[in-house]
Amino acid sequence: MKKALEQKLGLVDMLEIKCPYCGDRSQNEFSYGGDATVKRPELNSEVNDLEWDSFVYYRDNPRGKHLELWHHISGCRQWFKVHRNTATHEIIQTLEMQEDL
Amino acid sequence: MQKYSVFSLIKNALTNHQNWDVVWRDPEPKKEYEAIIIGGGGHGLATAFYLAKYYNMKNIAILEKGWIGGGNVARNTTILRSNYMHDANSLFYDHGMQMWKDLSQELNYNVMYSPRGILNLAHSDAQLNAYARRGNSMRLNGIDVSLIGREEVKKMIPFADFTSNARFPIFGGLLQPIGGTARHDAVAWGYARAADDMGVDIIQHCEVNGFDIENGKLTGVQTSRGNIKTKKVGLCVAGSTSLLAEKLNMNLPMEAHVLQACVSEPVKPLLDGVVTFGAGHFYCSQSDKGEMVMGGDLDGYNSYAQRGNLPTIQHVLTEGVALFPNLSRLKILRTWGGVMDMSMDGSPIIDKTHIEGVYLNCGWCYGGFKATPVSGLTFAHTIANDTPHDLSIPFRLDRFNTGHLLDEKGLGTKTWIS
Ligand SMILES: Cc1cc2nc3c(=O)[nH]c(=O)nc-3n(C[C@H](O)[C@H](O)[C@H](O)COP(=O)(O)OP(=O)(O)OC[C@H]3O[C@@H](n4cnc5c(N)ncnc54)[C@H](O)[C@@H]3O)c2cc1C
Ligand SMILES: [Zn+2]
Repeated sequence: MKKALEQKLGLVDMLEIKCPYCGDRSQNEFSYGGDATVKRPELNSEVNDLEWDSFVYYRDNPRGKHLELWHHISGCRQWFKVHRNTATHEIIQTLEMQEDL
Repeated sequence: MQKYSVFSLIKNALTNHQNWDVVWRDPEPKKEYEAIIIGGGGHGLATAFYLAKYYNMKNIAILEKGWIGGGNVARNTTILRSNYMHDANSLFYDHGMQMWKDLSQELNYNVMYSPRGILNLAHSDAQLNAYARRGNSMRLNGIDVSLIGREEVKKMIPFADFTSNARFPIFGGLLQPIGGTARHDAVAWGYARAADDMGVDIIQHCEVNGFDIENGKLTGVQTSRGNIKTKKVGLCVAGSTSLLAEKLNMNLPMEAHVLQACVSEPVKPLLDGVVTFGAGHFYCSQSDKGEMVMGGDLDGYNSYAQRGNLPTIQHVLTEGVALFPNLSRLKILRTWGGVMDMSMDGSPIIDKTHIEGVYLNCGWCYGGFKATPVSGLTFAHTIANDTPHDLSIPFRLDRFNTGHLLDEKGLGTKTWIS
Protein backbone atom coordinates (compact mmCIF):
# COMPACT_ATOMS: atom_id res chain seq x y z
CA MET A 1 0.00 0.00 0.00
CA LYS A 2 2.69 2.48 1.08
CA LYS A 3 4.91 1.35 -1.78
CA ALA A 4 2.14 1.83 -4.33
CA LEU A 5 1.48 5.31 -3.00
CA GLU A 6 5.16 6.23 -3.09
CA GLN A 7 5.38 4.98 -6.62
CA LYS A 8 2.35 7.05 -7.57
CA LEU A 9 3.87 10.16 -6.08
CA GLY A 10 7.18 9.50 -7.76
CA LEU A 11 9.05 9.20 -4.48
CA VAL A 12 10.95 6.08 -5.45
CA ASP A 13 14.50 6.06 -6.76
CA MET A 14 13.96 3.21 -9.15
CA LEU A 15 11.24 0.97 -10.48
CA GLU A 16 10.52 -2.24 -8.68
CA ILE A 17 9.17 -4.71 -11.18
CA LYS A 18 7.33 -7.85 -10.21
CA CYS A 19 8.57 -10.59 -12.51
CA PRO A 20 5.69 -13.10 -12.79
CA TYR A 21 8.23 -15.87 -12.09
CA CYS A 22 10.67 -14.35 -9.57
CA GLY A 23 8.67 -11.68 -7.74
CA ASP A 24 9.71 -8.10 -6.93
CA ARG A 25 13.12 -7.20 -8.31
CA SER A 26 14.98 -3.96 -8.95
CA GLN A 27 14.78 -2.30 -12.33
CA ASN A 28 18.51 -2.95 -12.79
CA GLU A 29 17.80 -6.62 -13.51
CA PHE A 30 15.50 -5.94 -16.47
CA SER A 31 15.72 -4.69 -20.01
CA TYR A 32 12.93 -3.11 -21.97
CA GLY A 33 11.25 -4.53 -25.06
CA GLY A 34 8.78 -1.84 -26.11
CA ASP A 35 5.05 -1.61 -26.82
CA ALA A 36 3.42 -5.03 -26.30
CA THR A 37 0.32 -4.19 -28.32
CA VAL A 38 2.16 -4.02 -31.62
CA LYS A 39 1.07 -7.03 -33.68
CA ARG A 40 3.13 -8.54 -36.45
CA PRO A 41 0.99 -9.11 -39.56
CA GLU A 42 -0.11 -12.75 -39.92
CA LEU A 43 2.35 -15.03 -41.66
CA ASN A 44 1.46 -16.11 -45.21
CA SER A 45 -1.28 -13.52 -45.51
CA GLU A 46 -1.50 -10.65 -47.97
CA VAL A 47 0.15 -7.64 -46.24
CA ASN A 48 -0.07 -4.18 -47.76
CA ASP A 49 2.64 -1.55 -47.29
CA LEU A 50 0.56 0.45 -44.86
CA GLU A 51 0.04 -2.51 -42.54
CA TRP A 52 3.71 -3.35 -42.65
CA ASP A 53 4.80 0.27 -41.98
CA SER A 54 2.36 0.51 -39.09
CA PHE A 55 3.81 -2.60 -37.54
CA VAL A 56 7.42 -1.47 -37.94
CA TYR A 57 7.26 2.27 -37.26
CA TYR A 58 3.96 3.61 -35.98
CA ARG A 59 3.11 3.63 -32.26
CA ASP A 60 0.15 4.80 -30.18
CA ASN A 61 2.59 6.31 -27.68
CA PRO A 62 0.00 7.00 -24.98
CA ARG A 63 0.44 9.28 -21.98
CA GLY A 64 -0.97 7.06 -19.24
CA LYS A 65 -1.51 3.32 -19.25
CA HIS A 66 0.84 1.42 -21.53
CA LEU A 67 1.18 -2.32 -22.03
CA GLU A 68 4.81 -3.17 -22.68
CA LEU A 69 7.36 -5.97 -22.85
CA TRP A 70 10.15 -6.44 -20.35
CA HIS A 71 12.85 -9.08 -20.15
CA HIS A 72 14.22 -10.35 -16.84
CA ILE A 73 17.65 -10.42 -18.38
CA SER A 74 19.69 -10.71 -15.17
CA GLY A 75 17.25 -13.16 -13.64
CA CYS A 76 15.11 -15.95 -15.05
CA ARG A 77 15.49 -14.49 -18.59
CA GLN A 78 11.77 -14.72 -19.29
CA TRP A 79 9.90 -12.14 -21.34
CA PHE A 80 6.66 -10.85 -19.82
CA LYS A 81 4.21 -7.95 -20.01
CA VAL A 82 4.03 -4.92 -17.75
CA HIS A 83 1.02 -2.61 -17.52
CA ARG A 84 2.57 0.70 -16.52
CA ASN A 85 1.61 4.36 -16.41
CA THR A 86 3.96 6.39 -18.61
CA ALA A 87 3.11 9.65 -16.83
CA THR A 88 3.62 8.52 -13.23
CA HIS A 89 5.85 5.43 -13.65
CA GLU A 90 3.32 3.50 -11.56
CA ILE A 91 3.29 -0.22 -12.34
CA ILE A 92 -0.30 -1.43 -12.36
CA GLN A 93 0.16 -5.10 -13.13
CA THR A 94 2.57 -7.63 -14.60
CA LEU A 95 1.46 -10.57 -16.73
CA GLU A 96 2.87 -13.67 -18.38
CA MET A 97 3.23 -13.47 -22.15
CA GLN A 98 0.15 -15.58 -22.91
CA GLU A 99 -2.05 -13.57 -20.52
CA ASP A 100 -4.13 -10.61 -21.59
CA LEU A 101 -5.29 -7.65 -19.54
CA MET B 1 12.44 47.44 -28.86
CA GLN B 2 14.91 48.90 -26.42
CA LYS B 3 18.29 47.98 -27.87
CA TYR B 4 20.65 46.14 -25.54
CA SER B 5 24.19 47.53 -25.66
CA VAL B 6 26.96 48.60 -23.34
CA PHE B 7 25.47 52.11 -23.42
CA SER B 8 21.99 51.00 -22.41
CA LEU B 9 23.62 48.96 -19.65
CA ILE B 10 25.50 51.99 -18.29
CA LYS B 11 22.45 54.23 -18.63
CA ASN B 12 20.25 51.78 -16.73
CA ALA B 13 22.90 51.17 -14.11
CA LEU B 14 22.64 54.85 -13.24
CA THR B 15 18.95 54.42 -12.45
CA ASN B 16 19.43 51.20 -10.50
CA HIS B 17 18.04 49.09 -13.36
CA GLN B 18 14.50 50.24 -12.62
CA ASN B 19 13.72 51.41 -16.16
CA TRP B 20 14.27 48.39 -18.38
CA ASP B 21 11.35 47.60 -20.71
CA VAL B 22 9.53 44.30 -20.22
CA VAL B 23 11.26 41.71 -22.39
CA TRP B 24 8.05 40.63 -24.12
CA ARG B 25 4.38 41.61 -23.78
CA ASP B 26 1.69 39.45 -22.20
CA PRO B 27 -1.18 39.92 -24.66
CA GLU B 28 -4.70 38.47 -24.54
CA PRO B 29 -5.33 36.04 -27.39
CA LYS B 30 -7.01 37.61 -30.41
CA LYS B 31 -10.02 36.04 -32.17
CA GLU B 32 -8.00 35.18 -35.25
CA TYR B 33 -4.41 34.85 -36.45
CA GLU B 34 -2.79 34.36 -39.83
CA ALA B 35 -0.72 31.55 -38.31
CA ILE B 36 -0.50 29.89 -34.91
CA ILE B 37 2.53 28.09 -33.54
CA ILE B 38 1.81 25.59 -30.77
CA GLY B 39 4.63 25.30 -28.25
CA GLY B 40 6.87 28.09 -27.01
CA GLY B 41 10.09 26.09 -26.87
CA GLY B 42 13.11 26.98 -28.95
CA HIS B 43 11.66 25.61 -32.18
CA GLY B 44 8.28 27.31 -31.86
CA LEU B 45 9.83 30.67 -30.97
CA ALA B 46 12.37 30.48 -33.79
CA THR B 47 9.66 29.48 -36.28
CA ALA B 48 7.48 32.45 -35.36
CA PHE B 49 10.46 34.80 -35.49
CA TYR B 50 11.50 33.71 -39.00
CA LEU B 51 7.89 33.74 -40.23
CA ALA B 52 7.72 37.37 -39.20
CA LYS B 53 11.20 38.23 -40.38
CA TYR B 54 11.42 36.52 -43.77
CA TYR B 55 7.87 35.65 -44.76
CA ASN B 56 6.17 38.90 -43.99
CA MET B 57 3.57 37.42 -41.65
CA LYS B 58 2.73 39.82 -38.88
CA ASN B 59 -0.38 38.39 -37.28
CA ILE B 60 1.12 35.35 -35.55
CA ALA B 61 0.61 33.82 -32.12
CA ILE B 62 2.65 31.33 -30.14
CA LEU B 63 0.47 29.32 -27.74
CA GLU B 64 2.40 27.81 -24.84
CA LYS B 65 0.69 25.66 -22.23
CA GLY B 66 3.30 26.44 -19.58
CA TRP B 67 5.83 29.23 -19.66
CA ILE B 68 8.62 30.24 -22.05
CA GLY B 69 11.68 28.20 -21.18
CA GLY B 70 9.86 25.49 -19.21
CA GLY B 71 10.29 22.70 -21.73
CA ASN B 72 13.28 20.97 -23.25
CA VAL B 73 14.68 24.23 -24.53
CA ALA B 74 15.87 24.92 -21.00
CA ARG B 75 16.46 21.32 -19.91
CA ASN B 76 19.11 20.35 -22.42
CA THR B 77 22.86 20.20 -22.04
CA THR B 78 23.33 22.89 -24.72
CA ILE B 79 25.66 21.02 -27.06
CA LEU B 80 25.97 22.35 -30.61
CA ARG B 81 27.54 20.20 -33.31
CA SER B 82 27.14 18.98 -36.88
CA ASN B 83 29.26 15.83 -36.79
CA TYR B 84 26.81 13.67 -38.75
CA MET B 85 27.58 11.22 -41.51
CA HIS B 86 24.48 11.28 -43.72
CA ASP B 87 24.44 14.15 -46.20
CA ALA B 88 20.94 15.25 -45.23
CA ASN B 89 21.86 15.59 -41.56
CA SER B 90 25.29 17.13 -42.23
CA LEU B 91 23.97 19.83 -44.51
CA PHE B 92 20.98 20.64 -42.33
CA TYR B 93 22.81 20.81 -39.00
CA ASP B 94 25.79 22.61 -40.47
CA HIS B 95 23.52 25.29 -41.87
CA GLY B 96 22.36 25.58 -38.28
CA MET B 97 25.94 25.89 -37.04
CA GLN B 98 26.47 28.81 -39.41
CA MET B 99 23.34 30.49 -38.04
CA TRP B 100 24.62 30.27 -34.45
CA LYS B 101 27.59 32.46 -35.34
CA ASP B 102 25.51 35.59 -35.81
CA LEU B 103 22.55 34.73 -33.63
CA SER B 104 23.40 37.08 -30.75
CA GLN B 105 23.66 39.98 -33.20
CA GLU B 106 20.55 38.95 -35.08
CA LEU B 107 18.48 38.81 -31.89
CA ASN B 108 20.31 41.64 -30.07
CA TYR B 109 20.52 39.18 -27.19
CA ASN B 110 23.63 37.42 -25.94
CA VAL B 111 22.99 33.71 -26.43
CA MET B 112 26.53 33.02 -25.22
CA TYR B 113 27.38 30.95 -28.28
CA SER B 114 30.74 29.39 -27.50
CA PRO B 115 32.50 27.34 -30.22
CA ARG B 116 34.76 25.60 -27.73
CA GLY B 117 35.09 22.37 -29.71
CA ILE B 118 33.53 18.95 -29.34
CA LEU B 119 35.76 15.91 -28.97
CA ASN B 120 34.39 12.38 -29.49
CA LEU B 121 36.79 9.91 -27.90
CA ALA B 122 37.72 6.58 -29.46
CA HIS B 123 38.74 3.61 -27.31
CA SER B 124 39.78 1.08 -29.95
CA ASP B 125 41.33 0.99 -33.40
CA ALA B 126 38.00 0.04 -34.89
CA GLN B 127 36.32 3.05 -33.32
CA LEU B 128 39.07 5.35 -34.55
CA ASN B 129 38.59 3.93 -38.05
CA ALA B 130 34.86 4.58 -37.82
CA TYR B 131 35.59 8.17 -36.77
CA ALA B 132 38.00 8.56 -39.67
CA ARG B 133 35.17 7.55 -41.97
CA ARG B 134 32.73 9.92 -40.32
CA GLY B 135 35.30 12.73 -40.43
CA ASN B 136 35.86 12.12 -44.15
CA SER B 137 32.13 12.27 -44.86
CA MET B 138 31.94 15.52 -42.93
CA ARG B 139 34.83 17.00 -44.88
CA LEU B 140 33.19 16.01 -48.15
CA ASN B 141 30.29 18.15 -46.98
CA GLY B 142 32.65 21.03 -46.23
CA ILE B 143 32.63 20.69 -42.45
CA ASP B 144 35.91 21.25 -40.63
CA VAL B 145 36.90 18.31 -38.45
CA SER B 146 40.10 16.51 -37.52
CA LEU B 147 41.10 13.11 -36.31
CA ILE B 148 43.55 13.41 -33.43
CA GLY B 149 45.77 10.91 -31.69
CA ARG B 150 46.15 9.95 -28.05
CA GLU B 151 48.98 12.42 -27.38
CA GLU B 152 46.96 15.35 -28.70
CA VAL B 153 43.95 14.28 -26.67
CA LYS B 154 46.19 14.15 -23.61
CA LYS B 155 47.16 17.79 -24.16
CA MET B 156 43.50 18.78 -24.28
CA ILE B 157 42.21 16.74 -21.34
CA PRO B 158 45.22 15.74 -19.23
CA PHE B 159 42.99 14.77 -16.30
CA ALA B 160 41.34 11.92 -18.22
CA ASP B 161 42.54 8.44 -17.33
CA PHE B 162 45.73 7.92 -19.36
CA THR B 163 47.18 5.37 -16.95
CA SER B 164 47.81 1.76 -17.91
CA ASN B 165 44.90 0.81 -15.62
CA ALA B 166 42.29 2.66 -17.67
CA ARG B 167 39.37 0.31 -18.28
CA PHE B 168 38.82 1.87 -21.74
CA PRO B 169 42.14 3.33 -22.91
CA ILE B 170 41.91 6.42 -25.09
CA PHE B 171 43.14 5.81 -28.65
CA GLY B 172 42.33 9.24 -30.06
CA GLY B 173 39.29 11.21 -31.08
CA LEU B 174 37.34 13.20 -33.63
CA LEU B 175 37.40 16.93 -33.00
CA GLN B 176 34.92 19.38 -34.48
CA PRO B 177 36.39 22.77 -33.52
CA ILE B 178 33.25 24.77 -34.28
CA GLY B 179 31.11 22.56 -32.00
CA GLY B 180 30.39 23.93 -28.57
CA THR B 181 27.63 25.30 -26.41
CA ALA B 182 25.15 28.18 -26.08
CA ARG B 183 23.17 29.38 -23.10
CA HIS B 184 19.85 27.53 -23.51
CA ASP B 185 17.44 29.87 -21.76
CA ALA B 186 19.06 32.89 -23.40
CA VAL B 187 18.15 31.27 -26.72
CA ALA B 188 14.50 30.98 -25.63
CA TRP B 189 14.36 34.49 -24.17
CA GLY B 190 16.27 36.04 -27.09
CA TYR B 191 13.95 34.54 -29.71
CA ALA B 192 10.90 35.43 -27.61
CA ARG B 193 11.97 39.06 -27.26
CA ALA B 194 12.84 39.38 -30.95
CA ALA B 195 9.62 37.69 -32.09
CA ASP B 196 7.55 39.87 -29.79
CA ASP B 197 9.30 42.90 -31.24
CA MET B 198 8.15 41.82 -34.71
CA GLY B 199 4.57 41.73 -33.47
CA VAL B 200 4.23 38.05 -32.59
CA ASP B 201 1.82 37.46 -29.67
CA ILE B 202 3.41 35.15 -27.11
CA ILE B 203 0.56 33.67 -25.12
CA GLN B 204 1.64 31.64 -22.11
CA HIS B 205 -0.55 29.35 -20.01
CA CYS B 206 -2.67 28.56 -23.07
CA GLU B 207 -2.98 24.86 -23.86
CA VAL B 208 -4.19 23.64 -27.23
CA ASN B 209 -6.72 20.84 -26.73
CA GLY B 210 -8.13 20.33 -30.20
CA PHE B 211 -8.45 21.46 -33.79
CA ASP B 212 -11.34 22.71 -35.91
CA ILE B 213 -11.22 21.08 -39.30
CA GLU B 214 -13.73 21.50 -42.12
CA ASN B 215 -13.52 19.48 -45.35
CA GLY B 216 -9.91 18.55 -44.68
CA LYS B 217 -8.91 22.14 -44.01
CA LEU B 218 -7.90 23.70 -40.72
CA THR B 219 -10.11 26.56 -39.55
CA GLY B 220 -9.01 27.04 -35.96
CA VAL B 221 -7.72 25.64 -32.68
CA GLN B 222 -9.45 24.96 -29.37
CA THR B 223 -7.50 26.17 -26.37
CA SER B 224 -7.83 26.46 -22.61
CA ARG B 225 -8.41 30.16 -23.26
CA GLY B 226 -11.09 29.75 -25.90
CA ASN B 227 -11.29 28.98 -29.61
CA ILE B 228 -9.01 30.87 -31.96
CA LYS B 229 -9.43 31.01 -35.73
CA THR B 230 -6.53 30.39 -38.05
CA LYS B 231 -5.81 28.77 -41.41
CA LYS B 232 -2.30 27.64 -40.54
CA VAL B 233 -0.95 25.92 -37.46
CA GLY B 234 2.56 24.63 -36.78
CA LEU B 235 3.11 21.98 -34.11
CA CYS B 236 6.35 22.51 -32.16
CA VAL B 237 5.49 20.59 -29.01
CA ALA B 238 8.50 18.22 -28.83
CA GLY B 239 7.68 15.37 -26.41
CA SER B 240 3.92 16.05 -26.56
CA THR B 241 3.60 15.60 -30.33
CA SER B 242 1.85 12.22 -30.31
CA LEU B 243 -0.79 13.61 -27.92
CA LEU B 244 -1.74 16.44 -30.27
CA ALA B 245 -1.39 14.23 -33.34
CA GLU B 246 -4.01 11.94 -31.84
CA LYS B 247 -6.46 14.87 -31.99
CA LEU B 248 -5.73 15.02 -35.71
CA ASN B 249 -6.29 11.27 -36.07
CA MET B 250 -2.64 10.84 -36.87
CA ASN B 251 -0.44 8.07 -35.60
CA LEU B 252 3.25 8.97 -35.71
CA PRO B 253 6.48 6.95 -35.96
CA MET B 254 7.43 8.16 -32.51
CA GLU B 255 7.79 7.27 -28.84
CA ALA B 256 8.16 9.53 -25.81
CA HIS B 257 11.16 8.78 -23.61
CA VAL B 258 12.73 10.59 -20.70
CA LEU B 259 16.32 11.82 -20.89
CA GLN B 260 18.10 12.97 -17.77
CA ALA B 261 21.07 15.19 -17.17
CA CYS B 262 22.85 16.43 -14.07
CA VAL B 263 25.34 19.01 -12.86
CA SER B 264 28.02 18.80 -10.21
CA GLU B 265 28.87 21.45 -7.66
CA PRO B 266 30.78 24.30 -9.32
CA VAL B 267 34.55 24.02 -9.52
CA LYS B 268 37.37 26.10 -11.00
CA PRO B 269 37.97 25.86 -14.77
CA LEU B 270 38.72 22.24 -15.59
CA LEU B 271 37.31 21.44 -19.00
CA ASP B 272 37.09 23.99 -21.79
CA GLY B 273 35.37 21.95 -24.50
CA VAL B 274 32.73 19.26 -24.82
CA VAL B 275 33.94 15.67 -24.47
CA THR B 276 32.04 12.49 -25.25
CA PHE B 277 33.12 9.10 -23.96
CA GLY B 278 33.23 6.49 -26.70
CA ALA B 279 32.91 3.29 -24.67
CA GLY B 280 29.44 4.04 -23.40
CA HIS B 281 27.13 6.99 -23.36
CA PHE B 282 28.55 9.81 -21.26
CA TYR B 283 29.31 13.38 -22.21
CA CYS B 284 30.50 16.37 -20.29
CA SER B 285 31.16 20.09 -20.51
CA GLN B 286 31.69 22.79 -17.91
CA SER B 287 29.22 25.62 -17.55
CA ASP B 288 30.30 29.22 -17.08
CA LYS B 289 29.27 28.88 -13.45
CA GLY B 290 31.77 26.05 -13.09
CA GLU B 291 29.36 23.14 -12.81
CA MET B 292 30.27 19.99 -14.71
CA VAL B 293 27.27 19.37 -17.00
CA MET B 294 26.83 15.68 -17.65
CA GLY B 295 24.46 13.43 -19.52
CA GLY B 296 24.13 10.09 -21.23
CA ASP B 297 21.51 7.47 -21.96
CA LEU B 298 17.74 7.64 -22.05
CA ASP B 299 16.12 5.94 -19.07
CA GLY B 300 15.03 3.36 -21.60
CA TYR B 301 11.28 2.90 -21.33
CA ASN B 302 8.37 4.96 -22.66
CA SER B 303 7.83 7.95 -20.41
CA TYR B 304 5.98 11.25 -20.32
CA ALA B 305 7.32 12.04 -16.84
CA GLN B 306 9.75 14.95 -16.84
CA ARG B 307 11.74 12.98 -14.32
CA GLY B 308 13.75 9.79 -14.39
CA ASN B 309 15.16 7.23 -12.02
CA LEU B 310 18.50 6.79 -10.27
CA PRO B 311 19.87 3.72 -12.12
CA THR B 312 20.50 5.74 -15.28
CA ILE B 313 22.22 8.54 -13.38
CA GLN B 314 24.40 5.98 -11.59
CA HIS B 315 25.22 4.28 -14.87
CA VAL B 316 26.12 7.55 -16.61
CA LEU B 317 28.29 8.73 -13.73
CA THR B 318 30.07 5.38 -13.51
CA GLU B 319 31.15 5.94 -17.09
CA GLY B 320 32.07 9.51 -16.23
CA VAL B 321 34.36 8.40 -13.43
CA ALA B 322 35.94 5.74 -15.68
CA LEU B 323 36.91 8.55 -18.06
CA PHE B 324 37.66 11.33 -15.58
CA PRO B 325 38.62 9.72 -12.23
CA ASN B 326 38.74 13.14 -10.52
CA LEU B 327 34.96 13.53 -10.99
CA SER B 328 34.52 10.99 -8.19
CA ARG B 329 35.37 13.71 -5.67
CA LEU B 330 32.56 16.02 -6.78
CA LYS B 331 29.03 16.10 -5.43
CA ILE B 332 26.03 16.14 -7.72
CA LEU B 333 24.00 19.31 -7.28
CA ARG B 334 20.89 18.41 -9.21
CA THR B 335 19.44 16.05 -11.77
CA TRP B 336 16.43 16.62 -14.02
CA GLY B 337 14.68 15.09 -17.00
CA GLY B 338 12.87 16.10 -20.18
CA VAL B 339 10.48 14.22 -22.47
CA MET B 340 12.06 13.38 -25.80
CA ASP B 341 10.17 12.98 -29.07
CA MET B 342 12.11 9.90 -30.22
CA SER B 343 11.43 9.33 -33.91
CA MET B 344 11.79 5.82 -35.24
CA ASP B 345 14.97 6.56 -37.20
CA GLY B 346 16.48 9.11 -34.81
CA SER B 347 16.06 12.02 -37.24
CA PRO B 348 13.56 14.88 -37.14
CA ILE B 349 10.31 15.31 -39.05
CA ILE B 350 9.51 18.67 -40.66
CA ASP B 351 6.55 18.47 -42.99
CA LYS B 352 3.00 19.28 -44.05
CA THR B 353 0.28 16.84 -43.05
CA HIS B 354 -2.77 15.33 -44.75
CA ILE B 355 -4.81 18.22 -43.31
CA GLU B 356 -4.48 21.48 -45.22
CA GLY B 357 -2.95 24.10 -42.96
CA VAL B 358 -1.49 21.73 -40.36
CA TYR B 359 2.31 21.48 -40.23
CA LEU B 360 4.51 19.21 -38.19
CA ASN B 361 7.90 19.81 -36.54
CA CYS B 362 9.00 16.99 -34.22
CA GLY B 363 11.18 13.94 -33.72
CA TRP B 364 14.17 15.89 -32.44
CA CYS B 365 15.18 13.14 -30.05
CA TYR B 366 17.99 14.26 -27.76
CA GLY B 367 19.54 16.59 -30.30
CA GLY B 368 17.13 19.36 -31.14
CA PHE B 369 18.67 22.26 -29.27
CA LYS B 370 21.50 22.71 -31.75
CA ALA B 371 18.96 22.77 -34.56
CA THR B 372 16.82 25.55 -33.05
CA PRO B 373 17.73 28.25 -35.61
CA VAL B 374 17.73 26.04 -38.72
CA SER B 375 14.58 24.22 -37.63
CA GLY B 376 12.81 27.55 -37.18
CA LEU B 377 13.99 28.76 -40.56
CA THR B 378 13.05 25.67 -42.55
CA PHE B 379 9.75 25.19 -40.72
CA ALA B 380 8.79 28.84 -41.30
CA HIS B 381 9.48 28.26 -44.99
CA THR B 382 7.34 25.12 -44.99
CA ILE B 383 4.43 26.92 -43.32
CA ALA B 384 4.63 30.09 -45.43
CA ASN B 385 5.04 28.37 -48.80
CA ASP B 386 3.15 25.17 -48.08
CA THR B 387 6.16 23.27 -49.35
CA PRO B 388 9.35 22.03 -47.63
CA HIS B 389 12.56 24.04 -47.58
CA ASP B 390 15.37 22.51 -49.70
CA LEU B 391 17.30 21.61 -46.55
CA SER B 392 14.38 19.82 -44.93
CA ILE B 393 13.07 17.81 -47.91
CA PRO B 394 14.79 14.65 -46.58
CA PHE B 395 12.97 15.06 -43.25
CA ARG B 396 9.49 14.53 -44.65
CA LEU B 397 7.18 12.13 -42.86
CA ASP B 398 6.70 9.85 -45.88
CA ARG B 399 10.27 8.57 -45.57
CA PHE B 400 8.89 5.94 -43.20
CA ASN B 401 6.75 4.63 -46.07
CA THR B 402 9.24 5.01 -48.90
CA GLY B 403 12.19 3.53 -47.00
CA HIS B 404 14.35 6.66 -47.19
CA LEU B 405 15.19 6.56 -43.49
CA LEU B 406 17.88 8.66 -41.90
CA ASP B 407 19.16 6.20 -39.34
CA GLU B 408 22.43 7.90 -38.41
CA LYS B 409 23.24 5.51 -35.55
CA GLY B 410 22.01 2.32 -37.16
CA LEU B 411 19.77 1.52 -34.20
CA GLY B 412 16.59 0.78 -36.08
CA THR B 413 13.37 1.46 -34.28
CA LYS B 414 14.55 0.52 -30.79
CA THR B 415 15.22 4.10 -29.83
CA TRP B 416 15.76 3.27 -26.19
CA ILE B 417 18.88 1.27 -27.02
CA SER B 418 21.31 4.16 -26.91
C1 LIG C 1 18.40 16.31 -20.54
C2 LIG C 1 18.40 16.75 -21.97
C3 LIG C 1 19.60 17.02 -22.62
C4 LIG C 1 19.61 17.44 -23.94
N1 LIG C 1 20.80 17.78 -24.51
C5 LIG C 1 20.84 18.31 -25.75
C6 LIG C 1 22.08 18.78 -26.29
O1 LIG C 1 23.13 18.75 -25.63
N2 LIG C 1 22.08 19.29 -27.56
C7 LIG C 1 20.94 19.34 -28.31
O2 LIG C 1 21.02 19.78 -29.44
N3 LIG C 1 19.75 18.92 -27.81
C8 LIG C 1 19.66 18.41 -26.55
N4 LIG C 1 18.45 18.00 -26.02
C9 LIG C 1 17.25 18.01 -26.88
C10 LIG C 1 16.60 19.37 -27.00
O3 LIG C 1 16.44 19.95 -25.73
C11 LIG C 1 15.22 19.22 -27.68
O4 LIG C 1 15.33 18.45 -28.86
C12 LIG C 1 14.62 20.57 -28.08
O5 LIG C 1 14.73 21.50 -27.03
C13 LIG C 1 13.15 20.38 -28.46
O6 LIG C 1 12.57 21.51 -29.03
P1 LIG C 1 11.90 22.72 -28.21
O7 LIG C 1 12.97 23.57 -27.63
O8 LIG C 1 10.99 23.43 -29.12
O9 LIG C 1 11.11 21.91 -27.07
P2 LIG C 1 10.36 22.41 -25.76
O10 LIG C 1 11.12 23.48 -25.06
O11 LIG C 1 10.03 21.18 -24.99
O12 LIG C 1 9.06 23.07 -26.35
C14 LIG C 1 7.81 22.43 -26.54
C15 LIG C 1 6.77 23.25 -25.83
O13 LIG C 1 5.47 22.84 -26.21
C16 LIG C 1 4.61 23.05 -25.12
N5 LIG C 1 3.39 22.27 -25.33
C17 LIG C 1 3.24 20.93 -25.32
N6 LIG C 1 1.96 20.59 -25.55
C18 LIG C 1 1.26 21.75 -25.71
C19 LIG C 1 -0.11 22.05 -25.97
N7 LIG C 1 -1.03 21.09 -26.11
N8 LIG C 1 -0.47 23.36 -26.06
C20 LIG C 1 0.45 24.35 -25.90
N9 LIG C 1 1.77 24.11 -25.66
C21 LIG C 1 2.17 22.83 -25.57
C22 LIG C 1 5.45 22.60 -23.93
O14 LIG C 1 4.96 23.15 -22.72
C23 LIG C 1 6.84 23.11 -24.31
O15 LIG C 1 7.15 24.36 -23.74
C24 LIG C 1 18.40 17.57 -24.68
C25 LIG C 1 17.19 17.31 -24.02
C26 LIG C 1 17.18 16.92 -22.67
C27 LIG C 1 15.87 16.69 -21.97
ZN1 LIG D 1 12.22 -13.51 -13.48
